[in-house]
Amino acid sequence: MREIQVAELTAGVRELFLKANYEIGPDVEEAVCRACREEKSPVGRDVLCQIRENYRIAREERVAICQDTGMAVLFMDIGQDVHFTGGDFEAAVNEGVRQAYAEGYLRKSVVQDPLFDRINTRDNTPAVIHTRIVPGDRVHILVTAKGFGSENMSAVKMLVAADGEQGVLDFIVDTVRKAGPNPCPPVVVGVGIGGTMEQAALMAKKMTARPLDTWNKDPRYRALEEKALAAINRLGIGPAGIGGNTTALKVNIDFAPTHIAGMPVAVNMCCHAARHGEMTL
Amino acid sequence: MAEYRITLPLTDADVEKLRAGDSVLLSGEMLTGRDAAHKRLIALLDEGRELPVEIRGQTIYYVGPAPASPGHAVGSAGPTTSYRMDAYTPRLIEMGLKGMIGKGMRNEQVRRAMQQYGAVYFGAVGGAAALIAKSIRESRVLAYPDLGTEAIHLFRVEDFPVIVLMDAHGGNLYEQGPREFGEE
Repeated sequence: MREIQVAELTAGVRELFLKANYEIGPDVEEAVCRACREEKSPVGRDVLCQIRENYRIAREERVAICQDTGMAVLFMDIGQDVHFTGGDFEAAVNEGVRQAYAEGYLRKSVVQDPLFDRINTRDNTPAVIHTRIVPGDRVHILVTAKGFGSENMSAVKMLVAADGEQGVLDFIVDTVRKAGPNPCPPVVVGVGIGGTMEQAALMAKKMTARPLDTWNKDPRYRALEEKALAAINRLGIGPAGIGGNTTALKVNIDFAPTHIAGMPVAVNMCCHAARHGEMTL
Repeated sequence: MAEYRITLPLTDADVEKLRAGDSVLLSGEMLTGRDAAHKRLIALLDEGRELPVEIRGQTIYYVGPAPASPGHAVGSAGPTTSYRMDAYTPRLIEMGLKGMIGKGMRNEQVRRAMQQYGAVYFGAVGGAAALIAKSIRESRVLAYPDLGTEAIHLFRVEDFPVIVLMDAHGGNLYEQGPREFGEE
């Protein structure tokens, strides 16, 4: 049994969201630099240059990469031998989010009631917290500051076995095509295949935060990631949606066992400000 | 695809000459507004009441800026996705709104109103929010302070970089650009 003070969670979460909002990950920056070299459209290259310059300004001046500093999403893998002490787990996580967004001059974008009042909670809480119990005595925290320009362009579809690989590919590419310029391309496309409806969506979200220099370990799914990326980049949408051959930086796919009758597929779109970070306590 | 420097407010001549794809550096004053502020403006119009800001001749930037940190006039301030304002926009264009700055598609009703009454839809690069903030020299709240970031601000900008996405003549860069580079 290992005891962890919830204050450590608060401090860790605070640090992760500050860093994610100011400093783009090296994997994303490298992908944008590569796109800058390979983009055929001159205007598209200008847009990519602006995106790189924006990363630099945000990092050096410690200001938000994007004004939409996102809804705070956390994936927390908690060792079963961990015992949290000193307070309430969820309150501690939300306190970390609150501190980051208040002290870091990050925008507060959360409303309490989605339909009727839509009153801003003024501290960007509550966060969306996904926990999983795993073996061991460590806590792994993966966070993403998820902007909604891209979130709004996401989709879930309940495919069936007969739809096959082509059905999955078509759904991914169609979702990006329909999104057009709205999600701030070049995008990162997170895909979840299998499980149940909500499990597919959860995998897709997590895939938006998987480093862009990693691929699915199953060669068939890796091939699908590459095939989908190539098809998306033939759409011509381009950087900022004004034409070019860089519409997506990466397609990240995860899969899970599913029911004999189904094949759920979720596509979670993420903009080029793909802000994520992780740490282990 | 021409390049222009334009001082706001936009004139009818500006609106007339701009074409989709033109690069423009805007200077002067503009309003900000997002879904919540638009909703309130339209509600006032429905009740036949006066608006808290003058719309005629104005340019509205669809943005909800991040809070300003010390030494900055405004926090990061890139465009938000414009289609969420589509339901409200034709009414404002009818009242004399001349310019909009955002990102993403507009619907048929907005495009038709732009052509009928003369208005331009500019795009700023979504996500380039720290870079864009550098051209915003002053920001103050004009209306709806209770909306926080969604309040209507007055921005004074210098050489604010935009591209004409849709012009008053039916030109649409979101159709022209991808058509040129698409391989389907």
